[in-house]
Amino acid sequence: MSITAAEIAFDHVTKRYAGREAAAVSDLSLEIPAGTFCVLVGPSGGGKTTALKMVNRLIPFDSGEIRIDGRNIETLPLTELRRGIGYVIQQIGLFPHMTVGDNIATVPRLLGWQKQKTRSRTAELLELVGLEAADARRYPAQLSGGQRQRVGLARALAADPPLLLMDEPFGALDPITRFRLQTELKRLHREVGKTVIFVTHDIDEAISMGDRIAILREGGVLAQYDTPGAILAKPADDFVAQFIGEDRALRILALRTLGDLQLAPATAGDGGVRMSRDKSVRNAVSVMLERGADAVTVVDGDRVLGVFRLSDAGELLR
Amino acid sequence: MRSAAGPVIPNFGHGSTCVTGDHTFCWDWVRAHWSDTLGPALVQHLELTAIAVGIGFAIAFPLALLAHRFRRLEQPFGVVSALLYTIPSLALFQLLVPFTGLTWTTVEIALVSYTLVILFPNITTGLRSAPDEVLEAARGMGLTRFQVLVRVELPLAVPAIIGGLRIAVVSTVAIATIAAFLLPDGLGYPIFLALKEPTPFKTEIYSAGALAVALALSADACLVVLRRLVAPWTTVKVG
Repeated sequence: MSITAAEIAFDHVTKRYAGREAAAVSDLSLEIPAGTFCVLVGPSGGGKTTALKMVNRLIPFDSGEIRIDGRNIETLPLTELRRGIGYVIQQIGLFPHMTVGDNIATVPRLLGWQKQKTRSRTAELLELVGLEAADARRYPAQLSGGQRQRVGLARALAADPPLLLMDEPFGALDPITRFRLQTELKRLHREVGKTVIFVTHDIDEAISMGDRIAILREGGVLAQYDTPGAILAKPADDFVAQFIGEDRALRILALRTLGDLQLAPATAGDGGVRMSRDKSVRNAVSVMLERGADAVTVVDGDRVLGVFRLSDAGELLR
Repeated sequence: MRSAAGPVIPNFGHGSTCVTGDHTFCWDWVRAHWSDTLGPALVQHLELTAIAVGIGFAIAFPLALLAHRFRRLEQPFGVVSALLYTIPSLALFQLLVPFTGLTWTTVEIALVSYTLVILFPNITTGLRSAPDEVLEAARGMGLTRFQVLVRVELPLAVPAIIGGLRIAVVSTVAIATIAAFLLPDGLGYPIFLALKEPTPFKTEIYSAGALAVALALSADACLVVLRRLVAPWTTVKVG
């Protein structure tokens, strides 16, 4: 499997829908480095889905330019452009009359792959997204919502595109399935190294998924574009501060794991609560508040790494 | 006409006591006249129906594709076929006879026009039945408009198209009996003759009527089987 990822650039892109005063996307400029998991987030009316669909030209824009690896997308043949971009939507849009295997094989077949190559690729993808080989012969109606979105993801990845567009892909799933798929998508992103543009209105999802977050406000104006940590630490304006919410501090703590921290050396008196190094600081604070403890002992398996105190948490926010 | 003076001469020459006794229904009449009356009538009826539905489909399908591609055509096409449907069949026969005579052509023109009003809207509805998100996914993956039609819209239209064919076949089998007003063909003809006989003997009506019902039901069953074969996703077990 190749590890190609594309670099995407929005260059002063503007889109106005006919008959509407406000622009859907206003003068959007955004550089997304190759391999980045970029989340577009914002309230409805922020133009995030519009911005996403401009990349595969499902929605035309009025001015500006979008480039993939330096090439203006409007100079590329439409079908070629789209076949090179994986596309996942909330409603999934699996073909109900095709088996899971045929759904996944759609783009490879359009591209004229050999049967054998398509078949082995389909099998590989089923495994990658956590489905059984036997599922290839089932129809979408026979799957659960979570399984369908796994198929949607496999279908989008089928021809190994360097760019994946995801429009609220987990928005219609129950919280448990959503969390599981988020975790797996993160793992998958690390494995396959694609550039991903991911739309959500859920700031928590944006923070947990994104390498970079672009926050769009009404009228499609880019409010801030940065890493989750930087946005939480330094919201660009009141709109961003309000959007990320008053529990900003807890969100910052959620981004750090105990293993990342400078820990105080453990002393004999620090027994009490032990937590694994891969737990988040937010998690540790919650546990301490719940147990009335003022410190946790951070461990890596059986090995004690040090002590993290409740009073240290405040330091992390400054 | 019976001679007032002469003996009563049975219409059916030599016959069983059932037939000569003018009983309502006689199996032996059915057996005796299967090869010269009922069998040929059944075959003719099947032909009348198959030709009507076949030609009707051959006209409705391309029109529906056109209407699907150019949405503004849908309404005029629909109105024309609905207008054809409102003309009573006997009246339509009368209108056509001066042009096409007492021929199968006349009968088929009437029958075909009735199938159109069933097939055309069913096919267009079927073509429209692909969900928006499925079409969006298809376009987003880089299918051309033609590929979307052939690989997505047409397969998804199959259940509605076969549904339309089922209604068209069943109703054409029924309507085709009135071809007997013009021609001595089809299952309508024995019925037509029996209606003219003022006797209690009604075996032709019952047997030909039952054959028409059986023909309609078996054609319908064939189409159900066909749908299972060409649209297997409609019958998979969910869960």
